[in-house]
Parts: sequence; structure tokens; C-alpha cells
Amino acid sequence: MELHRKTAHELLELHRKGEVSPVETVVSVLDRVRRVEGDVAAYLLVLDDAARRRAAELESADRNLPLYGVPVAVKDNICTKGTPTTCASKILKNFIPPYDAAVVERLRDAGAVIVGKTNMDEFAMGSSCENSGFHPTRNPWDLERVPGGSSGGSAAAVCADEAALALGSDTGGSIRQPASFCGVVGLKPTYGAVSRYGLVAFASSLDQIGPLAKDVHDAALMMNVIAVHDPRDSTSVNRPPADFLAGLDDGVRGVKLALVEEFLPEGTERGVRAAVEGAAAALEKSGAVVEKVSLPVLRYALPAYYLIAPAEASSNLARYDGVQYGRRAAQAGDLASLYGKTRREGFGAEVKRRIMLGAYALSAGYYDAYYLRALKVRALIVRDFGRAFEKYDALIGATSPTVSFKLGEKTADPLAMYLSDLCTIPVNLGGLPAVSVPCGLSGGLPVGLQIVGKPFDEGTVLRVARACEVSAGFERKVL
Amino acid sequence: MGVTSGYVRHIADLGRLDLSDEERETFASQLNDILEYAAMLNELDTEGVEPASHVVPLKNVFREDVVRESFPVEEVLSNAPDARGNFFCVPKIIEE
Repeated sequence: MELHRKTAHELLELHRKGEVSPVETVVSVLDRVRRVEGDVAAYLLVLDDAARRRAAELESADRNLPLYGVPVAVKDNICTKGTPTTCASKILKNFIPPYDAAVVERLRDAGAVIVGKTNMDEFAMGSSCENSGFHPTRNPWDLERVPGGSSGGSAAAVCADEAALALGSDTGGSIRQPASFCGVVGLKPTYGAVSRYGLVAFASSLDQIGPLAKDVHDAALMMNVIAVHDPRDSTSVNRPPADFLAGLDDGVRGVKLALVEEFLPEGTERGVRAAVEGAAAALEKSGAVVEKVSLPVLRYALPAYYLIAPAEASSNLARYDGVQYGRRAAQAGDLASLYGKTRREGFGAEVKRRIMLGAYALSAGYYDAYYLRALKVRALIVRDFGRAFEKYDALIGATSPTVSFKLGEKTADPLAMYLSDLCTIPVNLGGLPAVSVPCGLSGGLPVGLQIVGKPFDEGTVLRVARACEVSAGFERKVL
Repeated sequence: MGVTSGYVRHIADLGRLDLSDEERETFASQLNDILEYAAMLNELDTEGVEPASHVVPLKNVFREDVVRESFPVEEVLSNAPDARGNFFCVPKIIEE
């Protein structure tokens, strides 16, 4: 039995019945990591010993824990107590957090086994994992191609069976776009649904942690564990706990869906369009009502995002000054040059670019023209999403206009790279929940269908995703 | 419009980033591309629109002002590049 191939819910069942032990599962996954990691390079750190120890401990734990013995990968911008957390940045190379992120506490309490910390674009800024300060990750579908980003390591790890489930973070598409590129399921929860305590901040009004999973069921399983109110994050919304597994298989009969034109923008690859339209037709056949809709204001989401997110980042990243933690430049001279040199040596080009873009958008004389205008456009986007949801239960379209691209293809042109997130960014500005679910192939590479829901209506989003999963019959890649 | 290499120096200073001349040139041209793209926001009429800095339906979140345990000093200092006693160390700031 190839245990590493199993989904989390399949493993749970085997563990609960006592047919397989957590140790057997973890050993199988660690063996798998050893075999494929040379090609995929999904992890920055594999916690071989700690994972084995934890699995052994679980032998005497309650088998009904919600993630009992499930091997999970954690993106490296999520703090793990006593274990390095680098954000794939040289500036945090030796940073060891003195505490666990809220989601990591939840994972541990749920009986999960953390397999390792996954690669990402530095500080979650990027769409290909090529901005990692350490090494690129490769797409298991085609090792010449990128896994997407910024949670590319988490997506690749799940895709290559190097973990049953993973956590990522999504500021402008960083869970959904890599999920789409790697043919796995990725969910960005509603802003405020999952605690950001212990998530290294990039753009605080947009960041959200969520699952990357082998199927929709597993994504719901993870949500049941992590979507809990936490007073340590002042934006965590206090709502009664939901069961995201409830109604998952209820189907889509009567569900009203809008196929949004702006989620199939100009320049969308023909194969991507075909797969998405095919998925929409299949949902219609399953009983959903699908109408074509245009939300023109969404065209302005990308430029608004590239002022708002960098503005927040330039402020959030001010803390990396080589004083309290992280790397400090050697022989810096006075304090000002210590800051300047530390940040010059510690940050990669994309991070510097965004810090400067943000500083520019916020600087005297440009604030009104750029930052404030972008916030007003954000308000218009929120308003028009709201109007659409008066008529529809969910909005659908492509997750990304293309399938995975080749390593190096877009690294010289930042703007071309940004366009990869054209369909995902509006959702973060709106604070809405959205999932990417594999719906077909284009040129032999996976295409993701994006399903966007009303605030805190992850239930509908997951139910539609499940219906798509059933009708698409998508086969996961075996590397 | 146009971000000059001189203005890039100014915003790099604001962000406390030392840059080489070459980096300044590259960033100036890339920032111009991005800002030119961002100029499309001017096509929208935003007159009278309230800016949305946040989307959560939350106002102020309060809690009781009670003493809670905090991290031990040694743990907090353990990640510092230079620490002595209970302090983070930086180069001398005050001139003699």
C-alpha cells in the first residue's frame, strides 16, 4: 500500500480503524520525500526526526483527533516554535521563533504531524517560487516549469505526495494560483476566518492562511481545524465554529453561479478557457444555473493591488533592521548604514522593488494620487462584488489566465509576472473566500477553476468545488 | 510622469535600502512601467467614494487590561545578532 499516495481523509480512516499506524504513514511520506525532493525541492527544511517522534507519540493519543497522524507541510512564513522560519529570505536565515503560530497550535492539537517547512517566494512576494532566497521549486507535472507562487512549495509538496495536506498563505493568489499550476485544491478563506497570529506579515489587510489539499474533502477537513476565532489576531472574526464537511456532497442543484468575464481576461490561454467553460457547462448539467456576467471594475483590481499591497509591505518590512532578530550586515559603521546594508544584503530584488513601490505610493505628494485612489477603487470593487452576490451564490472563472510557465520565462519582467494573478487579486481586495479546484488540462498541464463566495460562505464554495471535482474526474499526477 | 534615478535614491532612503547605481537605473525603469500601468486607475470616477482600508465588519476590538505572561528575555534576545545583558546592541548613535 503506497501510503504517501493517500488523501488525508483516507489516512484518517486507516488510522482510526488501526489498520495503519501514524508511524507507518509518516515513514512512507518521509521515504517519498527522500526519493523525489532532489527533483521537486518543495521544502526548505524537512523535519525528519521530529516527525518520526511525533508520530510515535501519537500511537498512544486519541485516534479521533481531527487530523490524527496526518502528515502536513507548513509554508515557511508561518512560525513554528524552535524550528527555523525564514520566509525564504536571507534576512531571516537563522530566525527561530519562540512561539507557534495559532494555526500551528491548532495542527498540533488536532494530531497532525508536521513534515517540514515549504519553499516560497521571499516574503510571499511572487508567483513562481523563483523569488526564493534559497532555491527554486519545480512543478511535479513538468520539472522545467514553475509550481506557481508564492505557496509553490506547499502546492508542489501536496502534488508530489510529499505531504498529505499543506498550509499556505494568500495575499493576492498565493494559495490558489500554485494550486491551479500543480493540479491540487487550494482555498483562500474569508479575511478574518483564520487567525494570522504567527503569520509573518506581508500585506496585513489582505493576508490569509488556508489549505492546499489533494481533494476538496481534505481542504474542508483542514478548515475545520484552523478556522477558529483567536483573540490574539484583532481581525479574527468571532463566529460560531462551522463544520465545513457538512453538505459537501449535497450537489449544486439550483445554485446560482455567475461566470465572470473578467475571470477569463483578454490573453487567457485557449486551453484554459476551454477547460473553464467545460467545467461551467458540467456544473450546469449537474443542476446549477450559470449566467455570464461582467464586472468591469475588476479590471482595476491589479493596479490597485500593486499600490496597496506594497504600501502595506513597505511598512510591515520596516522591522527587518538587523537589530532584534534576523541577519545583520557585518562592519556596517553607523546605525543608518547598518540598516541600509543589512536590508541591501538580506532582501532580494522583488522585495526591494515592492518596498520602494510602497514607499513611493505613500510618500508626500503621491499619497492622494496613488495610495488613496487605490483604496477608493478597492471600495468600488467591494461594492460591485456585493451587488453580484445579491443575485448569485458564487462567481466562477479561471484561477490564472495560463497554465504553469517555464522557469526563467518571466523573471526579467515583473509586470508580466504580476499578470499571472489577474483573476485572484480582486478576491483578496474584497476579502472573500475562494477555492481553486482542478477542472481539466491544457497542453497536458492542469487548469484550475476558481470559485468565489460571499463572506464566510466557504460552505457553498466548497460544495461547488466538490461538484466540479466529481464531474471533472481529474486524475492527480504521479511523478 | 516618470520616476528618475534620483527619486529612486530618495525612496530607497525612505525604505532604508542601499542600492548600487545600476540597481537604481533598473528599478527606475521597472517602477515606471508599474506606475504607468497603475495610472489606469485614473479612468475610474472615485469622486465621493470612501476609501476601503479594510473589509472586515469590525470596529475597535477591546480586551480586559490584565497582566499576562510574556516571553522570557533570554528567548527574545536569542535571535538578536548582538545582545548584551538585557539589551539589543546597535552602533553608537550619540556623537561625542
